[in-house]
Amino acid sequence: MTNLALSLLIGVLTGAGVYLVLRAQTFPVVLGLTLMSYGVNLFLFTMGRLQTAAPAVVGAVEHPTDPLPQALVLTAIVIAFAMTAFVIVLALKARAALGNDHVDGIHIPQADRVLDRNEEPRA
Amino acid sequence: MTANLISLLVLLPVGLAAILTMTGQRLPNLSRGLDIAGVAVLLAVSAGLLLTGAGDTPQVIELGSWAAPFGIVWVFDRLSGLMLLLTATVALLALVYAIRRDEDQAGPHFHALFQAQLFGLNGAFLTGDLFNLFVFFEVLLLASYGLLLHGNGRKRTRAGFHYVVVNLIGSTLFLFAVGALYGTVGSLNLADITLKLPEVAPDAVPLVTTAIFLLFTVFLIKGAAFPLYLWLPGAYAHASIPVAALFAIMTKVGLYSVLRVDSVMLSGNTIGGIMETTALIAPWLLWLGLITLLLAALGVVAARFVRRQVAYLIIASVGTILIALGLVTGQSGEAAISGALYYWMHTTVLSAGFFLLAGLILRHRPEAGDGIESAPPMPHAILVGSLFFAYAIAMAGLPPLTGFFGKIMILAAALDSPLMAPVFAVILASGLIMVIALARAGSRLFYQAQATPGHPAHATPADARVAMPGLGTATLPLVLAGAMVVGAQPLSGWLADTAAQVATPGGYLDAVMPNGVLDPASAPGKFGAENDGGHH
Repeated sequence: MTNLALSLLIGVLTGAGVYLVLRAQTFPVVLGLTLMSYGVNLFLFTMGRLQTAAPAVVGAVEHPTDPLPQALVLTAIVIAFAMTAFVIVLALKARAALGNDHVDGIHIPQADRVLDRNEEPRA
Repeated sequence: MTANLISLLVLLPVGLAAILTMTGQRLPNLSRGLDIAGVAVLLAVSAGLLLTGAGDTPQVIELGSWAAPFGIVWVFDRLSGLMLLLTATVALLALVYAIRRDEDQAGPHFHALFQAQLFGLNGAFLTGDLFNLFVFFEVLLLASYGLLLHGNGRKRTRAGFHYVVVNLIGSTLFLFAVGALYGTVGSLNLADITLKLPEVAPDAVPLVTTAIFLLFTVFLIKGAAFPLYLWLPGAYAHASIPVAALFAIMTKVGLYSVLRVDSVMLSGNTIGGIMETTALIAPWLLWLGLITLLLAALGVVAARFVRRQVAYLIIASVGTILIALGLVTGQSGEAAISGALYYWMHTTVLSAGFFLLAGLILRHRPEAGDGIESAPPMPHAILVGSLFFAYAIAMAGLPPLTGFFGKIMILAAALDSPLMAPVFAVILASGLIMVIALARAGSRLFYQAQATPGHPAHATPADARVAMPGLGTATLPLVLAGAMVVGAQPLSGWLADTAAQVATPGGYLDAVMPNGVLDPASAPGKFGAENDGGHH
C-alpha cells in the first residue's frame, strides 16, 4: 500500500514537473524543475527498499535500512536546492533583461519593441 | 607520490577556487597570477604523469583508504590522463586570452569560477563511480553557468537560461538512472557494476537496461548529440570568447563518459544472463553520430556568425567521434578508438583556438563584428585571414592538417564495418559541405572588404601597427596541430596502446576490484551470488 502510494506520488510529481517544464514561461519552468527534483529525490530514497523502524546504521539492528540512498538523497537535495536558487535568480535576471518571462524572450509587448531594436552590438 | 600528484589535479583547483573567491577583483593581479600558475601546474603535472607512464597500468586512489566498492575511488589511466592534459591545455589558452584582452574583468569571480570549472572537469575525468560522476557534473555545470553568464548581455542571458534548464533536466534524468541502477544492481562503482550485471535478477533486466539507456541519454545531452544538441549553438555563440574556448572541452566530458562507461561498465557479457551488453549502445552511437554530423554540417552552412559556425563545427566533431565510438564493436574496434582519440585531441584544441580567432575578428571589425558579411578591412587582415584559412582546413578535415589524419584513421577503422557505405558517405559529404561553408565565410570576411571613407579597401601601414593582443593564443593551437602532424607516428602508436587499454578493461577492473567480487558474507548486498571474476 505504501509502495503504491509512493510510486503514485513519484509519478505525479515527475509528471507535473515535466508538464510545467514544457510551459514556455520561466516561472512554471522553474517550478517544474523543482517538482521533478522532488520526484527524483523520493525515487532515490525508495531505491534502498522501504522499511519501517529500521535505522540506517549497519549493526544496530538485524535488518538495517540501506544507508547509501540516504546519503545520495542528501547530496541530491543540496545540489537541487542550490540549482533552484540559481535558476530563480537567472529567471529574474532574464525577466529584467528581456522585458518578459517567455523562455525564448521573444513575446515582446509593443512597448518593449524599441528596447529590442537598441540591442547591444554583437559582443 | 604518484597518487599525491593525481590527487593534486583535483585538490589544487578547488583550493585555488576558494582562495580566488576571496581575492577576486580586489587584487586582480594576484588573482590572475594564481589562476595562471594553477593552470600551469595542472598542465605540467598531467603532462608529467603521462610522460612518465603513470597511466600505463590504471592507478587507483581510494579516498579515505576505503576499498571499492564501499569507498570513492579515483582512477588514473591513459585515457583520463589524456583528458586532463587536454583540459589543462585548453584552459591555459583560454585564460591567457582572457587576461590579454581583459575579458576576465567583465564581472567578478571569473578566476574563481574558472578554477571551479577545472575542479569539476578533472574530477569527472578521474572518478570511478557513477554518483561521483553526477556530483562532478554538477560542479562543472554550476561553474559553467557562472562563466557563461560572465559579463552581461541579453542574448547571453537568454541562451544561458536555455543551457541551465536543459542541463538541470539532464541532471534529473541522471539521478533517475543512478537510482534505478543502484536499486537493481546494488552498486554505483563502475567496476563493481560490471561484475554484478550478469547476476541481476531476470525480472529486473528491463529496469537495468532502461537505466543504462537513460544514463547514456544524459551523457549525450552533455555531449550534444542529435537530437539533444539544440542548446549548444546558442550557448556557445553567446558566451564570452575565452569561456566559449574553454567550453570546447565540455562536450568531451559527455563523450568521455560514453566511452568510459561503455568500455568498463558494459564490458561484462550479459545483463542478468539474458541481454548481451557489448552491442547494447554502440549501434545507437553510430547512427546518432551520422545524423549529428550531417545536421551539424548544415548548421555550419546556415550560420551567419563565425562563433556560431565554430559551435556547429564542435557538434560536427561530436558526430564524428560518436561514429568512431559506434564502430568499437567491429573487428577494428581498437583502431576506431585510437582514431577517435586522435580526432578528439585535434578538435578540442583547434575548436578552442578557432573561438579565440573568432574573438579577434569580432573585436577588430567594429562595423560587423564576427558576422559573415562584408565590412571595412580589419587590421592584420592578411595574418588573421591566413589563420582563418588554416583553421578552416583543419576543422573541415582537409590535408595536411590534423582533422584529415583523424578522419582517415576513423575511415580506415570503418572499412570492415557493414555500415561502411553510410559512414564514408556522411563523413566525406559533411566534410565537403563544411569546406564550402567555411570558404564562403572566409571570402566574405577577408576578400569582400568594402572601402568606407575612413577605411580604404587595402590595409594601410598604420593598420598593421594596431596591437592585437591574443593573437599568439589563437596561433598556438595551429602550432600544436602541426606538432601532431609531425609527430603523428609516435603519437598514433601511443594512442593505439591507449585504445588497447580502453578496449580491454580487465586491467581497470583488476585495479579497482582486486578481489574480483566482494565477499558475499561480509556484504549486505542485494545480489550476494558468487562471481568467478570471469570478466577477463
